[in-house]
Amino acid sequence: MSGSYFQRDRDWHPPALTPTYKTSVLRSPRHALLSMPTTPSEETGPVFGHDILGPLDNDLIRNFGGDGEAIGQRIVVYGRVLDETGRPVPGALLEFWQANAGGRYRHKKEGYRAALDPNFGGCGRAITDAEGAYAFRTVKPGAYPWPNGVNDWRPAHIHFSVFGHAFAQRLVTQMYFEGDPMIWQCPIVKTIPDRAAIERLVAALDRNATIPMDSLAYKFDIVLRGRRSTPFENRMEGN
Amino acid sequence: MVQPLHYLKESPSQTAGPYVHIGTNPNWVEITGVWTADLGLVLVGPDTKGERIVIEGRVTDGAGAPVRDALIEIWQADAAGLHPSPEETRGAADPAFAGWGRQPVSDTDGTYRFETIRPGAVPMRDGRLQAPHITVWIVARGINLGLHTRLYFADEAAANARDPLLLRIPEPERRETLIAPRHEREGRAVFTFDIRLQGERETVFLDI
Ligand SMILES: [Fe+3]
Repeated sequence: MSGSYFQRDRDWHPPALTPTYKTSVLRSPRHALLSMPTTPSEETGPVFGHDILGPLDNDLIRNFGGDGEAIGQRIVVYGRVLDETGRPVPGALLEFWQANAGGRYRHKKEGYRAALDPNFGGCGRAITDAEGAYAFRTVKPGAYPWPNGVNDWRPAHIHFSVFGHAFAQRLVTQMYFEGDPMIWQCPIVKTIPDRAAIERLVAALDRNATIPMDSLAYKFDIVLRGRRSTPFENRMEGN
Repeated sequence: MVQPLHYLKESPSQTAGPYVHIGTNPNWVEITGVWTADLGLVLVGPDTKGERIVIEGRVTDGAGAPVRDALIEIWQADAAGLHPSPEETRGAADPAFAGWGRQPVSDTDGTYRFETIRPGAVPMRDGRLQAPHITVWIVARGINLGLHTRLYFADEAAANARDPLLLRIPEPERRETLIAPRHEREGRAVFTFDIRLQGERETVFLDI
């Protein structure tokens, strides 16, 4: 029988209040979070079968446009989902979304004047295999400006939402691209206090995985919370 | 030197941003034809066992203004207290119950609504029973790491008074932020669970 999930390292994650990312100021709780070991309510979570996936769910170049293909630099993003003990997480649902090659989202509240691509929706999903591996094909998203400072720009990025085996592992994050100088200027990236932590979100260009005359490749591994393996647990005093 | 532990670090979180629904609810933001139905909209079918209930509420920020771009997920046990998950070790959950739901809040007033069933009680690891509850998780623009909280039911007062998590909250008025008041509508129990991210009557969020 496995034990509770490892405590989250709150010095590694961004804190709730990060004033240079202005929206966080009114959306950050001011009270301390209430700590509690995980219970079966958090040690379980929904599972998603491969049967929910359509054949083009992991192909953002083709899944919106019908016969047409999205414009932009073609890339393959691949990697593995692991937990903190290094074990693969099979059956993890990954949902991803991104701007098009010009940096424009397909959304009615989008305010950037870059053009929409009629063949790009910007969403996809995949489920990891027995080794925790996933892959999808897309175009490299463009950088885009956003209302924070008067001239703040997001580096090229892909958003990820991840379901592991337990609700305690639920994670939303973003993937950045190796070599992009804008990573280090971004107020949202800078909510993460530790440079080593930021580097975990920078996908490496992998020349061995590129497809000749077709696509560049980026490797992006994702790590979810790990779980105790010993049965020895203490009952907290006062409960 | 000592032996290295070889743990990996969890991938750090980044905000879901204002366009999270492109990835989670594309049909809701008019990106149609990629997949037919957004996940998590329906928890309950005609064969689901248990009392049908409604959960509804509103997400507000530290100024009391509605948060219009949030995404809310809930996760709960079935009527017998079992989770529909392979990690559930105590028995087989109701196959007609999803246990997981996901809804965007209204982009005009920050309200949300789930139709589900009342969950049974779930034990702690040491066997003590927790009061019936629903696990709630919220992400939005400006939230750097998804916030976990729990909904408890106002009409379960005796169980709530013994609940190990609620008992860890020293201030009774803060405890109340997790206990959803009940009223009846068309013969069904409706529980109101407002989520206040900051400020007066700020919801208790969990490091769990
Ligand atoms: Fe973005």
